[in-house]
Amino acid sequence: MTTVISAPRERTRTTSLRSRVRRALAPYIFVGPFLVAFALFMVLPLISAFNNSFYADRLVGGRVFVGFDNYRRAFDDSLFWQSAWRVIRFGVVQVIVMLTLSTMFAIGINRMTSWVRHVYRLGIFLPFAIPSVVAALMWGYLYSKNIGPIPDLADAIGTPAVELLSPSWILFSIGNIVTWSFVGYNMIIIYAALQTIPPSLYEAAELDGATKFQQTRTITLPLLRPALLLTTVFSIIGTLQLFAEPETLRRLAPQSINSSFTPNLYALNIAFVSNDLSYAAAVSFIIGFIAFVLSYAFMFVSTKRNT
Amino acid sequence: MHALRKVKLMPIVVGLGFVYTLIPLVWLIISSTKSNTDLFSTFGFWFSDDFQFFENFKRLFSHQDGIYTKWIINTVFYAFTSATIATIFAALCGYGLAKYEFRGRELMFAAIIGAVMVPTTALVIPLFLIFSDRGLTNTPWAIILPSIVSPFGVFLSRIFAETAVPDELIEAARLDGATELKIFRTVAFPLMKPGLITVFLFALIAVWNNFFLPLVMFSDPEKYPVTVGLNNWNSQATIASGSAEPLFNIIIAGSIVAIVPLMIAFVVLQRFWVGSLTLGAID
Repeated sequence: MTTVISAPRERTRTTSLRSRVRRALAPYIFVGPFLVAFALFMVLPLISAFNNSFYADRLVGGRVFVGFDNYRRAFDDSLFWQSAWRVIRFGVVQVIVMLTLSTMFAIGINRMTSWVRHVYRLGIFLPFAIPSVVAALMWGYLYSKNIGPIPDLADAIGTPAVELLSPSWILFSIGNIVTWSFVGYNMIIIYAALQTIPPSLYEAAELDGATKFQQTRTITLPLLRPALLLTTVFSIIGTLQLFAEPETLRRLAPQSINSSFTPNLYALNIAFVSNDLSYAAAVSFIIGFIAFVLSYAFMFVSTKRNT
Repeated sequence: MHALRKVKLMPIVVGLGFVYTLIPLVWLIISSTKSNTDLFSTFGFWFSDDFQFFENFKRLFSHQDGIYTKWIINTVFYAFTSATIATIFAALCGYGLAKYEFRGRELMFAAIIGAVMVPTTALVIPLFLIFSDRGLTNTPWAIILPSIVSPFGVFLSRIFAETAVPDELIEAARLDGATELKIFRTVAFPLMKPGLITVFLFALIAVWNNFFLPLVMFSDPEKYPVTVGLNNWNSQATIASGSAEPLFNIIIAGSIVAIVPLMIAFVVLQRFWVGSLTLGAID
């Protein structure tokens, strides 16, 4: 990698010890500011939360060390596991649908030659710049039977209106909002990876008589593996932390989304409604641990299969 | 013939995706021209006779003594301050990681990347405790300080420094007697600039769109950013529909004001972020 090439001999002798010390210290000066902020606002809070997760506030005796009690409690907490299973089931469908769409859009735009592709690329990416609260409000109003167009449209074709905010549709409706928000972001990452595939590979395949579909299957998709891996892992982590969309939609669909709908909603509720910060910390770490295990399990499985 | 069919199919698929993207935005713009009554009584994807566009924005900026203006100013202030500092820190750190060999370098980089996995609750709740102990909740610090840490920014900056700053230039500047910081300022920084615009843009979005952190940190409505403010209005508008204030038209107007600045930034800076993200994939 980068090696510091030493200056010519005579020069080193004249550039004093001071400048060599300075150069040895330089990297720490560069990484220092970030590292301090990282330690203060990321590492320290995590350590304090981790520490806190081993304590409990008792009415008698105040704060006491309870070992793994908070974690044991979480393992028996059906509300927590319901919320965790809900987002995992949700994620399996939503992440697959979203990344399939992202890949199709990326390949499509990459193959297009008309100027329209720039408009498409920018347009599909733009929702990423829109706050999830606003995305959830827009779609939430569109879903609602009072403001949204669905009853009008259903009337026009003479079918009963689908109630997208009802309990049976709510996961689909949230999935649509998340997909809408992030399909373009993932498309850009995959599109960027496509740019690194040498055109000569396709030319060779073309000479061998491979169809476009065969080229996609045998050249494009295998070479997209790292990008697909990255986007999947980020999506898994994001899904487990689902918060802003259900929190915003909750106001429009109180009958479908309760305060333990996703693990993050539940943790926030434990912390600030039940005021049980230690238990909330334990629950948060379990969420993080699940994200970690699922991401690694996914990477393990997908790297195993092809070797 | 087979190839011909494929070539035509893909643009249609992408075109449909583009239309799908636009659906809620078109609805938002059409709805911003309607009164509350018309929002409920007219078809969502067409205009009503009563054109209320300007009145809606007037109402938005006068509702609750014009608190929305404060929310926008807060958002801009929180986002620009944090994104600027986050970009400087990330640029310095990425450059340091890319251009110097030192002990613990790879471990440090791994820790920074691992930080992406940390669930927001695990971080936000203890941050709230730490900040409330020091009386920092309900102050701009509560959102600015945690937001200056951008692990993704460091990741990108390292790649930009590796690909855009040649070692020879650094060596030449050293022979000329420049100090290490001066080399960064005069040689590396200008070369990393296009990439750093991307880092800035992503940091800006992260703060502008943040919801969880400000929701927890701010109880004083005067300090809200737009995300928390709009969510607050939405809950007022929907609680017990009988007594609810008809706020939907101003929430819609407020949503437009909240999303337009970042959309413009993305369109204007397109050539920077598309180029930089492509560069990121090469490595």
